[in-house]
Amino acid sequence: MNPRRKKRLLITSSLIVGLSVAIGLTLFALQQNIDLFYTPDEIINGKNETGIKPEVGQRLRVGGMVLNGSVQRDPESLKVSFDLIDNKAGQVTVYFDGILPDLFREGQGIVAQGVLKSRNAIDAFEVLAKHDEEYMPPEVADALKGMDHLKTQQSN
Amino acid sequence: MLPEIGQFSLILACILSLLQTVYPLYGVHTGHQGAIRSAKIFTILQFVAVATSFVILSYSFLINDFTIGYIATNSNSALPWYYRLSAVWGAHEGSLLLWVFLLSTWSIAVALMSKRLPIESVARVLAVLGLLAFGFYLFVILTSNPFDRTLPYFPIDGRDLNPLLQDFGLVIHPPMLYMGYVGFSVAFAFAIAALLEGRLDSAWAKWSRPWTMAAWMFLTVGIALGSWWAYYELGWGGWWFWDPVENASFMPWLAGTALIHSLAVSEKRGVFKSWTVLLALSAFSLSLLGTFLVRSGVLVSVHAFASDPTRGLFILGFLVLVIGGSLLLYAIQASKVKSRGRYQLVSRESVLLINNILLIAALIVVLLGTLLPLVHKEIGLGSISIGEPFFNRMFTILIVPFALFVGVGSLFRWKRQQLNDLKKPLTMILILSTLSTVIFLFTFAPSLTWLAVMGTFLGFWIIVGVIYEIYLRSTHRHRFSKGVMKLGNSHWAMSFGHFGLAVMIIGITMTQNYSIEKDVKLAVGQHIAFEHYDFHFDQVKPHNGQNYTATMGVFTVKKDQQEIAVMEAEKRIYTVQRMPMTEAAINAGFTRDLYIAMGEQLPDGAWAVRIYYKPFIRWIWLGPLLMAFGGLLMLCDRRYRSKKDNIENSENKPAPVGGTDA
Repeated sequence: MNPRRKKRLLITSSLIVGLSVAIGLTLFALQQNIDLFYTPDEIINGKNETGIKPEVGQRLRVGGMVLNGSVQRDPESLKVSFDLIDNKAGQVTVYFDGILPDLFREGQGIVAQGVLKSRNAIDAFEVLAKHDEEYMPPEVADALKGMDHLKTQQSN
Repeated sequence: MLPEIGQFSLILACILSLLQTVYPLYGVHTGHQGAIRSAKIFTILQFVAVATSFVILSYSFLINDFTIGYIATNSNSALPWYYRLSAVWGAHEGSLLLWVFLLSTWSIAVALMSKRLPIESVARVLAVLGLLAFGFYLFVILTSNPFDRTLPYFPIDGRDLNPLLQDFGLVIHPPMLYMGYVGFSVAFAFAIAALLEGRLDSAWAKWSRPWTMAAWMFLTVGIALGSWWAYYELGWGGWWFWDPVENASFMPWLAGTALIHSLAVSEKRGVFKSWTVLLALSAFSLSLLGTFLVRSGVLVSVHAFASDPTRGLFILGFLVLVIGGSLLLYAIQASKVKSRGRYQLVSRESVLLINNILLIAALIVVLLGTLLPLVHKEIGLGSISIGEPFFNRMFTILIVPFALFVGVGSLFRWKRQQLNDLKKPLTMILILSTLSTVIFLFTFAPSLTWLAVMGTFLGFWIIVGVIYEIYLRSTHRHRFSKGVMKLGNSHWAMSFGHFGLAVMIIGITMTQNYSIEKDVKLAVGQHIAFEHYDFHFDQVKPHNGQNYTATMGVFTVKKDQQEIAVMEAEKRIYTVQRMPMTEAAINAGFTRDLYIAMGEQLPDGAWAVRIYYKPFIRWIWLGPLLMAFGGLLMLCDRRYRSKKDNIENSENKPAPVGGTDA
């Protein structure tokens, strides 16, 4: 083989090896970090599209409306829990230890990210409220469709 | 009346941009000199028209003209004048007007500052820029007109600018970012023009280099400003969230960074040319993709203010046309590009190739993480989100080879490098950077994690590499003191760019590994202590601003019993929108920030408070500033300014072998 061909072969083969390693690593990292979005109803009855229920211990995101009067605080720490509901029958409890966002209110749509602790309880490590009065994540908006009367009552 | 003039001049600008495309291209095709020259005139006229429109909108904001719907939604008479001005780009319509205005600014800069380029080439470039502008004018006029009136039932006062945007950072962040985004259109136009002409040579690379660098510089500063703003304004002390919109600005930056390096090779050595063209096309396409993602509302993000499907569809169509058209042109014409230069496997060309591959790999990671949730949802598998750990892990892996090559890349010679010659410098750099790492961590790190050791080492590897390289170059022919004065601006640009990267890596490493974050419940009179610091919650008092009322928590901070600061963190309620906002108190320092943000008041009267200790976080933004400064240095290089420089000369002259700068 002449040197130029040899060089090309070397470059091409190292590129292929590098690329496959990179793709493998990427997919592996991806697989571990995909968080599916569920509504409270979907957590209990399975996803609308596939019917698959989340497993206990799985990382996920949940979006719904904070049920009025469900916010309970631990008097000694920042631990807090509240119930999330949607426009179907679902109701799950979210446990969170930390500072809730400025726009967190009862009767408001929120998204929580965390780990499913039991069939209807989530240990959240992050709670997000909508950024302003007009904006709501589309998933949450979908889950709350038809619940507008509740929202208008409570958001004042 | 005035808004109608604004509207009219916007339509005028739209027509002029079309003329700016059609007439010069016709001229180039037929050799009609007058038509070729007209490109410059149309560009200037278009600029005047769009500038008029922009000034009128800004003026209407200043005088609180709430008969304009856009102003009624995004401003308020209680807003301070500077926020009324920055509210111009506070939402969708105005930010698009800013976009076309800046595009026109770049075009006129090209028209006026390209005296040494052949007039046909300039005409082509301006024609491409005109076409891009035309697309955006149509978009503004048809789907997002900022001058729409609320007449006859106009409101007495406006609904106010989103309080998140009422901040100095947001006054300058969007214009900077847009200057970067839009600036890549110039590189794009140069590439398209060269493809149309079927001539891609070193001269082409040389011409588009300063423009690309300028755009990259603005984008760098823009992204850094955005990160800084998020840190102090969002109230949870993060500096990067891998939010899809952040990613949307980061992708063109990665492509742009690859491009400025690849352009250097194309200019100096005449190789990588078709790759460079592809990067130039990608950088701008990614800017457009970013605009689409942000403006169409398909993304869930703090920036997603407009979710109007027609707008999304329009940009998507435009995106498909621009990317599809440019790639088609590339497919047809790229085969004509011949790279003349030869280089060995071990050479600076190869090192820069590796740099490009790693940057593109990073780009793909970000692209994947940003678009996968969209695809996943569209094909009916439900909504997902890609967690931060994915990005963090991938970038931790990619940065290692990247930083290692950045540190020593500039020691490699063009064409061919004997590995044996590198043994001594590599050993020196290894020893010195290890030593620096040990000293640095011993001084500043309370404990050791292997990630911290690795990050710090990579940072110092680059710093030592940069300094060592400057030393070697300076002492090559002269004494150091004399030689160091002889280094060109481009060389300093490279050194500052790499140095900035190192500073940023160290900043990120220290912040990510040694931050202390306490979310605590504190009542007035209580205190919390960690490390050497003691935070005492003194009192809560009311505080009123021009358009908000606030509750202010006052904290006295002591370090080793010495009082070092009184920090005042606010919880604001903006009166118009009744929106609560957290205004963090930050005690900034070169080696650490102290950060206090008030959470909510709990039922028993105590407060939820975030108290953070963030070591070296300033370095995360200092780094990009240094990089941008490097870019500025390169722009000041004589090679890109001298008017005497003869084009014919530079075109066919073989690139100097073993050039000293890139």
